[in-house]
Amino acid sequence: MPTEHRFGLGLRKPHYSDFLESDAAVPVDFVEVISENFMVEGGRPLDVLRRVRERHPVALHGVSMSIGSADGLRDDYLQRLRALVDAVEPLFVSDHLSWSRIGCFNSHDLLPLPYTQEALDLVCANVDRAQDVLGRTLLIENPSSYLVMAGEMTEWEFLAALCVRTGCELLLDVNNIFVSASNHGFDPVAYLAGIPVARVRQIHLAGHSQGRDLLIDTHDAPVPDPVWALYAAALERTGPVATMIERDDAIPPLACLLEELDVARGVASRYLQRAA
Amino acid sequence: MSLLDLQQDFRQWLTAESSGIESRVHASAAPGLAVYLNNYRAQLMACLAESFAVVASWIGADAFSAAAAVHIDRVPPHSWTLDDYALNFPETLATLYPEDPEVVDLGRLEYELGLAFTGADSAPVDPATLAGIDWDAARICFVPTFRLIQVRTNAAAIWSAIRAGNATLPPPVLPGNGTLAVWRREFAPMFRMLAIDEAEALSRLRDGASFAMVCEGLVHRFTEEQGPAIAGGYLRSWLNDGLVARIDG
Repeated sequence: MPTEHRFGLGLRKPHYSDFLESDAAVPVDFVEVISENFMVEGGRPLDVLRRVRERHPVALHGVSMSIGSADGLRDDYLQRLRALVDAVEPLFVSDHLSWSRIGCFNSHDLLPLPYTQEALDLVCANVDRAQDVLGRTLLIENPSSYLVMAGEMTEWEFLAALCVRTGCELLLDVNNIFVSASNHGFDPVAYLAGIPVARVRQIHLAGHSQGRDLLIDTHDAPVPDPVWALYAAALERTGPVATMIERDDAIPPLACLLEELDVARGVASRYLQRAA
Repeated sequence: MSLLDLQQDFRQWLTAESSGIESRVHASAAPGLAVYLNNYRAQLMACLAESFAVVASWIGADAFSAAAAVHIDRVPPHSWTLDDYALNFPETLATLYPEDPEVVDLGRLEYELGLAFTGADSAPVDPATLAGIDWDAARICFVPTFRLIQVRTNAAAIWSAIRAGNATLPPPVLPGNGTLAVWRREFAPMFRMLAIDEAEALSRLRDGASFAMVCEGLVHRFTEEQGPAIAGGYLRSWLNDGLVARIDG
């Protein structure tokens, strides 16, 4: 069971000066950055990351590894990520259970996988290769999805098998569970009961929005009450685990996100009191 | 139905709205497919809007959206980094604005400034360390973000006026072929319009000519006295601009 209970935020451009220019460090236990934004040769982005790293532990969260690509992973991508990992010495390195690229086409979106044995074999091979190149354990995040493809197992069964076969760990996105459960009509608590909770090293919290037919994972609003409730249910199973809030659009002042992070601390505190 | 086939069908849905994927998912998946299609196009549209904000300001938001939509139809993204998606947009602008070459020049300038922003770091040479250089053999190495781009218009002046928020923008003029130098100084991308002789000198040095060879060329073009003096003036300005990474010799 993970024992570290840290609270962090995604580092976004509007907050760079808050993180770098204030005398007192921002009261977070870690920050998470989008890996690809810093897989560059030089310039201001890497300087910002270097200076933030002097103040805070950093988690690297990727969106372009394309761990579900049927034709394997790109070596140039893995080597660039490895260089960033070596420079940052991150708390976690994560990416999504999805695919973005096939051949020379890269969609830059997190596209859904069919949860079949063929896909499991392929994703396991890709995770093994990524972990070999990176020299460390990868955290795999459950995606939000907007359609279900014919499969042979549930998403949580797929993740459980993936963890067993590759030794990877999990980044549990509670908002994504809520969004996918709403879109596809499954029970989010059954999802929580089905994942290997001992492998959950990090939790994402975020807001979403209502599309015409489906919930959309927009990260443009505060964490809503049902997601807070699901977070509490997740903590019941995982115990203390590093938690962070993602906000990628309609980004408010940092103070607002810090208040929201205090809500997460409160939820976790209530869990710990009950568990004691 | 292999995973590879499914992913290729999904690609065809995103890039051409080809119906192959629809036969592989339940009819109730149509709203989900629409979400993925919208996400795909919106992501690329946002990338182009962020990379070419000055072009958008110059041609207007509606015209820019139309141009971006044409580009998204014409050029599927290929790289793991969205930054690379900006690469060919000036070519699309060239096909859409054949009578407005300043639009293409603005696009190329914005693309090169974007490249310089995240290009490799390199400290400019300290002029105080240049004593003892053998100028007959000296070769000038520029910072890795240094680029020369050819332009046909006063795009540099237009770019500066837009970024300064000027209410009145200079009209596009076509002075003929010119050269812009683009590079990054510390963390700030820079550019400067070059005179013909300075552009030629920089081009030759970039391609491996020695400083003495460039001086010789300027002597032929001007006089025995003027050539070295002009070359020395260029070198001083390049050092002041932070363009020079080191001088070997």
